[in-house]
Amino acid sequence: MKKFIPFLALVIAVLVIAVSVTPVKNSTAFDLVGFGQLPVLSNGRIKPLDTVARSSLLQLQGKQSVKLSDGTKLSPEAWLLDVFFRPEKADTYPIFSIHNQELLSLVHKGSANESSEFLSFKDFIPYLQSIEDQAKLAGPIEEKSRTAFQRSVIQIAEDLMLYERLEHTIEKPGTTDFLGELLQFQKDIPAGVQAVRLKQEGKAHDEVIAQKVIEEGKQFMDLSQATTIMVIPSADPVGHPSQWRTMGQSLLESFEQGGIEPSALAFAGIGYAWQKQNTDQFNQLIPLYRDELNNGYAKALKKTSVETHFNTAEPFYISLCLYTLAFIIAIISWLKWPDSLGRASFIFVLSAWLLSTAGIATRMWLEGRPPVTNLYSSALFVGWGAVALCLILEVVYKNAIGSVAAGLIGFGTLLIAHHLALSGDTLEMMRAVLDSNFWLATHVVIVTTGYASTFLAGFLAIIYIIRGVFTHTLDKATADSLARMVYGIVCFATLFSFVGTVLGGIWADQSWGRFWGWDPKENGALIIVLWNALILHARWGGLVKQRGLMCFALFGNIVTSWSWFGTNMLGIGLHSYGFTEAAFWSLALFVLSQIALIGIGNIPLKNWRSFKANP
Amino acid sequence: MTALLRQFKDFFVSLRLTVVLLGLSIILVFWATLAQTDLGVYGVQQKFFHSLFIMVKIPGTEFPFPVFPGGYCIGGLLFINLIIAQISRLHLSWRKFGIWITHLGLIMLLVGELLSGLLQQDNDIVLDNGQTKNYAESQRQNELVITDVSDPKIDDVTSIPLDLVADLKTVQVPQIPFQIVAKQFFPNAEIASRAQAPNAPAAPATQGVGTQAVLMPLAVTVKDNERNEPAASIELVGSEGSLGTWLVSADPAMPVQKFDYKGKTWKIAMRATRRYLPFSLTLVKFSHDVYPGTDIPKNFSSLVRLHEDSNQSTREVLIYMNNPLRTHGLTFYQSGFANQDRTAILQVVRNPSWQLPYIACLLMTGGLLFQFSIHLVGFFSRRKPEVKLA
Repeated sequence: MKKFIPFLALVIAVLVIAVSVTPVKNSTAFDLVGFGQLPVLSNGRIKPLDTVARSSLLQLQGKQSVKLSDGTKLSPEAWLLDVFFRPEKADTYPIFSIHNQELLSLVHKGSANESSEFLSFKDFIPYLQSIEDQAKLAGPIEEKSRTAFQRSVIQIAEDLMLYERLEHTIEKPGTTDFLGELLQFQKDIPAGVQAVRLKQEGKAHDEVIAQKVIEEGKQFMDLSQATTIMVIPSADPVGHPSQWRTMGQSLLESFEQGGIEPSALAFAGIGYAWQKQNTDQFNQLIPLYRDELNNGYAKALKKTSVETHFNTAEPFYISLCLYTLAFIIAIISWLKWPDSLGRASFIFVLSAWLLSTAGIATRMWLEGRPPVTNLYSSALFVGWGAVALCLILEVVYKNAIGSVAAGLIGFGTLLIAHHLALSGDTLEMMRAVLDSNFWLATHVVIVTTGYASTFLAGFLAIIYIIRGVFTHTLDKATADSLARMVYGIVCFATLFSFVGTVLGGIWADQSWGRFWGWDPKENGALIIVLWNALILHARWGGLVKQRGLMCFALFGNIVTSWSWFGTNMLGIGLHSYGFTEAAFWSLALFVLSQIALIGIGNIPLKNWRSFKANP
Repeated sequence: MTALLRQFKDFFVSLRLTVVLLGLSIILVFWATLAQTDLGVYGVQQKFFHSLFIMVKIPGTEFPFPVFPGGYCIGGLLFINLIIAQISRLHLSWRKFGIWITHLGLIMLLVGELLSGLLQQDNDIVLDNGQTKNYAESQRQNELVITDVSDPKIDDVTSIPLDLVADLKTVQVPQIPFQIVAKQFFPNAEIASRAQAPNAPAAPATQGVGTQAVLMPLAVTVKDNERNEPAASIELVGSEGSLGTWLVSADPAMPVQKFDYKGKTWKIAMRATRRYLPFSLTLVKFSHDVYPGTDIPKNFSSLVRLHEDSNQSTREVLIYMNNPLRTHGLTFYQSGFANQDRTAILQVVRNPSWQLPYIACLLMTGGLLFQFSIHLVGFFSRRKPEVKLA
């Protein structure tokens, strides 16, 4: 039995990964996957509708699938199709998550229906005006001085706007047969344009058709301003690849061009088929439109297909599960069957890490950027880098310590990443000054590796203290090897955080003519360097021994989490791009837990269970 | 060596001092970061880093009291600690070579930061499309200027430091036939026309636009994106007696104020302190690109024409993100824009010691790599026999 455990672990890991990366099949008769892959331009980049649906749902309700009140589940694509083409249905889906009691009382849901924190757009309709008014009142107040209610009302106003923009991506509000209207409009264009021209010149004209066309024009104008999602590809994919347009803009242009663009008709057709729930028609139109896009947008289609596949594979979620499994097995290995369970946990760590690697690489390919471009990707990368070091430690020491640390850090960083993803699409465009792949690839990657290694030293110290104080398992050999690991990792962290910080200074000098500006993020990075230097000097000077080294390394966790997140919460400086409100309490809790652990580490050694048994 | 000297040396050579100083510098940097919300980055630099001690006023008094060592103090002590320790404790050997190089780099880094703190100058040059300027303006300092504009070809400018105005001093200089008497000073104020605020008290002026204006004192701002616009009421006193009192303000919207005295035409103004450049810059075009369908900025760029009088050369340069213009020891970078994309704000930095960090960092990186590689090689060569035994 014991011998087969590593083999079994390998089989499980391979199976889990294989299942997750297998392309999903359509769960209904509709080609929803094909629909999800269709490219649109939103927030500055071409992305699949699947991503639009998922990132919107994450922002609105914190999860990617929609659960209706009768218990049925909707895929993100099916939800998006309803929002686009059957708004009367979509408006009843409970997708707005509200936690603030005052906000609930504003929409009269408070005491009457307390459990219902998921509301539908329909629930909000009578209160849209008062929400807008309240949001306007809260708007001018500085972000950090807003009350919980003010923050929530601004958030819900933004969410409602996002939802309304989605609803008006393709169809005019209130229309029942958009395709029919467009086809009629197509017929009316020549006569209508002629009539309007004659009217402007003051000549005899057909007033009825002129009025009709003018009215259509007004509606298209409204539609063009009602959304920011551009579904109509650029007419010149080579010369002006980013000149995509919204549905309304494209329809307005049809007056000049004398006809409606095929892409606009394709979307209207898809909408018609969805409204009528006509699978055949729907499944014919999608490949037809894809064929049309293949002229000039073959590469974009390939990217959106990969991105959709990436979205459904959820590599980081699977990794998170594998890290958890690895952590548990590695802990057990300290109590029983250290060899076989240790190897099994190593296999799980390795497979989770490989899967994360694939996920990060896919993101890099999609974005055409180095791995770290925002706070979200920094969380992925900190985890990735720390686990890579753990794998090396585990290969060298083979005592499952590396696997436990890997499981902890891998799980923690992916959990942080999951929460950071709730603010929308994580493949963001880079703001002007950050738009430099060279510096993103050097400064950002290296300084993030510095974070990762400082964290790793801290987590190894946690293992030392917990095992030492609460168990008998910290024998002298284990304690010594842990001390060597921490020392080595602190050296590594010093090097990387120093070089990374310095490269940041050089970037600043290259772009702003100054090396150092005492900006909060710069200071945070400097503190990490100083702290690591302090640990090394304290050890070289014999001021701390093994246990002191551990407590110092543990404090490194606080220093690093401050630099990583705390500095962004000040809301000042050049690097405050990643401000995250809700993260404040998590950070505070983390810092407190680390202080508590340092406190535990300072319990006199004679009271440590490991050293009691083994004086 | 006397016992006292030895004690002194032992103190400065000790690693304990290093650790304490590193700890103090961490507290200093952390505190300074938090203080930025109230003081702004410039205020923090002055109070925490470019100072020997952090001074805090004793509550209820104006008496400042040192509460914590400042940047110069900690940096200076680290510097001494490093040099003495290096000389007396660390012997020259290959095993210590990395530490030597790292510490040498650190010394250069500390010196470089000291020098840039002392020598670095930051100014702004604000240009509308098509506008030409041969000077940059200070972001924080202002000056009172009296200009003789009688000759249409040459302006004869006399600049009076604002400190003198703030202290309400009387200034008399040979170029100007009248005394300048500062009557009132406001470190930050808004000037409006009397028509806009008919009930406000009149501004303290008997001459110039001040007679039609009202003055509203404002709190001093420390925000990095806001500017203080000081104002003052200035009385000019000639040999026959007072010429009147003028209201001056650093508000760029303040109209030009001219007057005639003894056959010459004079101009009085308060403005951001100018630093003249050895060439002139013309903004040909400012561009501000966003990503399609968003307002996320993709790039800011300013096409400028640089004209040097000395050798009559003219060239065009595109300044954009991560690509500043470096010339004559100055760095011009795109720092902002205004006026619906018609005005570009370029920051002008003079930092003569800018190469020092580059050299320092190369040395330190090399030193750390060398030292830690020795550790790593040592670690694995020690481990090998263990593995064989096992």
